[in-house]
Amino acid sequence: MSPDEFLPILQARFPQVEFRLDPLNPQALIMSASGVPEVFGWLRDAPEAAMQYLEFSTAVDRPPDCLCVVYSLYSYTHRHRLALKVDLPRHAPTVPTLSHLWENADWNEREIYDLFGVFFSGHEDLRRLMMPEDWEGHPLRKDYSHPNLTPRPD
Amino acid sequence: MGLMDRIPAYVDRLPGGSVVMAPVDWAINEVQASSMWYMLFGLACCAIELMATGAARYDFDRLGMIFRATPRQSDLMIVAGTLTLKMAPRVKLLHEQMAEPRYVIAMGGCTTYGGPFYHDGYSVLKGVDKIIPVDVFIAGCPPRPEALLNGCLAMQEKIRRNKLGQPRGPAIHIPPTAGRFSLPTGTAETERDPQIPG
Repeated sequence: MSPDEFLPILQARFPQVEFRLDPLNPQALIMSASGVPEVFGWLRDAPEAAMQYLEFSTAVDRPPDCLCVVYSLYSYTHRHRLALKVDLPRHAPTVPTLSHLWENADWNEREIYDLFGVFFSGHEDLRRLMMPEDWEGHPLRKDYSHPNLTPRPD
Repeated sequence: MGLMDRIPAYVDRLPGGSVVMAPVDWAINEVQASSMWYMLFGLACCAIELMATGAARYDFDRLGMIFRATPRQSDLMIVAGTLTLKMAPRVKLLHEQMAEPRYVIAMGGCTTYGGPFYHDGYSVLKGVDKIIPVDVFIAGCPPRPEALLNGCLAMQEKIRRNKLGQPRGPAIHIPPTAGRFSLPTGTAETERDPQIPG
């Protein structure tokens, strides 16, 4: 199934969650954060979706007010793929964890927490993954600054 | 090297003392220079060149160099690759675990001054000489095996100039050799801190 085929199914099944097609990416749907664990649980377990594999999850920082978490799902059964984007408020990005659905979400979410500062509620071990434990700030935010960063002389 | 530091100070004062010390220096230096066992230790892409230099085609063994998988048995640390701030305390610990006399070769641009990450790398240490004393800097990104061999020969020459009880000479810079990529030699200050022994 393609995202535009998924869209009416998801809208009928989860009326409280907003879904829309991504105008920039034909492979993606944009959804609201309110449906995060339930929609993903359904996508994994429903036979018509059967998304056994969370390919990756990452984040995109879009100042001034949006921080977008991106999930990519793949089904070995149907060999189809779906990307889901969740827009979060940049000042307090919080989204429920998926680590109880897919094991690899554990470290993916730790990485996103480390580099973007997204808080995954319900995650059992939300520590920094890449930076030292006592690091301050989240380096992949667009407004990140550090004494080691120096302007290029051109 | 407590005792070894004091002996030359007494012997040198005797008439003809330097004549006695010269062969002692020669013997100690020759032994050290011809068996520089390096630590099996790599951080990034420079380690690939280090492995290539240790393998059959370039053959570190002809300089008497064999890798040791423990700092306790190593004489030489070749810091090969990008040194991140997270890794830096571990590298310092490994260096401290090596027995005296210990030598350090900083291989490539990253370990010399930060390399390609100098401007944009928030997590990269700008020069391994900020945490441990370095004897030889090798330029290149990564250095060719020829450049690494050149650096090890320079390291041997430096060991052969050692005198007991006197501080080691300043760091040596190996310029980039002919290769696919090369970077400037670097901006790191290379004055050796006389407070740091060995």
